[in-house]
Amino acid sequence: MTEQFEPVIVGFLCNWCSYRAADLAGTARIKYAPNLRSIRTMCTGRVDPQFILKALRDGADGVLVAGCHPGECHYVNGNIKATRRFVLLRKVLNQLGVEDERVQLLWASASEGIRLAEKVDEMTEALRALGPLNWEEKVLHRNNGHEAAEAIAVLEEV
Amino acid sequence: MTNSEKPKLAMYWSASCGGCEISVLNIHEKILTVDEVFDVAFFPCIADFKVKDVEAYPDDHITVCLWNGAIRNSEGEEMAHLLRKKSQFMVAFGSCAYEGCIPALSNLTSKEATFDTVYKNNPTLDNPKGFIPTTSVQVPEGELTIPEFYNTVKSLDQVVDVDYYLPGCPPEPHQIWAVLQVIVGALLEGAPLPPKGSIVGVTNVAVCEECDLKKDEKTITRFYRPYEIVPEASVCLLEQGLMCMGPATRGGCGALCPEVGIGCRGCYGPMPGVEDQGGKMLSAIASVIGAGDETMEDDELEREIQAVVDTIADPAGTFYRFSMAHSLLQRAKVNGSNGKGEAA
Repeated sequence: MTEQFEPVIVGFLCNWCSYRAADLAGTARIKYAPNLRSIRTMCTGRVDPQFILKALRDGADGVLVAGCHPGECHYVNGNIKATRRFVLLRKVLNQLGVEDERVQLLWASASEGIRLAEKVDEMTEALRALGPLNWEEKVLHRNNGHEAAEAIAVLEEV
Repeated sequence: MTNSEKPKLAMYWSASCGGCEISVLNIHEKILTVDEVFDVAFFPCIADFKVKDVEAYPDDHITVCLWNGAIRNSEGEEMAHLLRKKSQFMVAFGSCAYEGCIPALSNLTSKEATFDTVYKNNPTLDNPKGFIPTTSVQVPEGELTIPEFYNTVKSLDQVVDVDYYLPGCPPEPHQIWAVLQVIVGALLEGAPLPPKGSIVGVTNVAVCEECDLKKDEKTITRFYRPYEIVPEASVCLLEQGLMCMGPATRGGCGALCPEVGIGCRGCYGPMPGVEDQGGKMLSAIASVIGAGDETMEDDELEREIQAVVDTIADPAGTFYRFSMAHSLLQRAKVNGSNGKGEAA
């Protein structure tokens, strides 16, 4: 395998700060890893742990939750609630064998495009070092190619 | 005995404790009505039938099969397929069949680690040669076989098609009776059945709604394990720092546990529309942690919250106590940072 592994990072970015930081990174033409798939949420406090778990199961190699700095939340304390969830989720994910690097929390204000870009770069490198998560196949052993292989076997018999 | 025109009832168990069978018998004198309406076609806990009897039935011969237990080995899987074929209605009866329950907590570790604890490294064991079960062994008399033990515990619907789910560990007798009445009504009077895939014998509110304990503002700065404090009677247990799954658990039981001073364990599964009960519980617990505010610096904020979170023993095992097999991630990644399911 000479091809470099390109991790998929699902990013839940808050509407008021980090989504705008990503916008700024774009308009300012900051070069950073193209591995982030951004999803805009109104607040990091809106990010249900189920979103993160589902992303990890359905093929993401990592999840980044990014929002306003503490004290700057558009809804006063949505990001504080997000921190509480994140700290507890990290402990649960640790029990489930998911490395800390895979789920991260970042504060980036609307003016911090560079901070967001740097985090994506850093996270991409960390995930590259860890390798693919590939939950369905590697952990649940649900081989997506399995049914195809069976179909081929049937065809060959015919 | 099975040739009459009565509808046929079966009940079978796989990875479970047998409590579900007892709860069926625990519907008291109504069991006589069940006997009046149904012929028992297969029910190893109470009547002597053999697998070959089931194999000999025509397909769909059994009207209702109550399946209790998670799928842990090849025997469970094989029997699930057999009974699915022979039954018109397959009911995932109890938490193990519905969502994995206690057996599925072993999804937090590996088969090897489970065998290691059960057969090798345990102070009460005497196994100097380190024997562990294998599916087949040669003895002078020939080959002996046992079912294969799987790495991952599954819920019934991850193996066969399921018509109805009846949650609970075990389901409450009045709920069992209510469900049996619906089935009997449909069979005898042509009353409509609930749509396929329904979760029956439940209410549509959380356990908290059914719980009479007094609830007020919740801000928790330290969690306690049940042995550490004596809870004040008639006050919400969660408010007192005792872990209670009430906020994220579907009602139907009548809040039996919290009302006797034990936090809800979560056996009735997630609320309608929720996929991952543990994730929802995690969310609920995080929202009542009384640490951290918007004036704090990043580091201090995380440190304060971490200190409270550290008082929660085994969060994965607590939040997913009954729903591990049915959760989004379903099991732990064993070669990850800590694949032993231990809280770091």
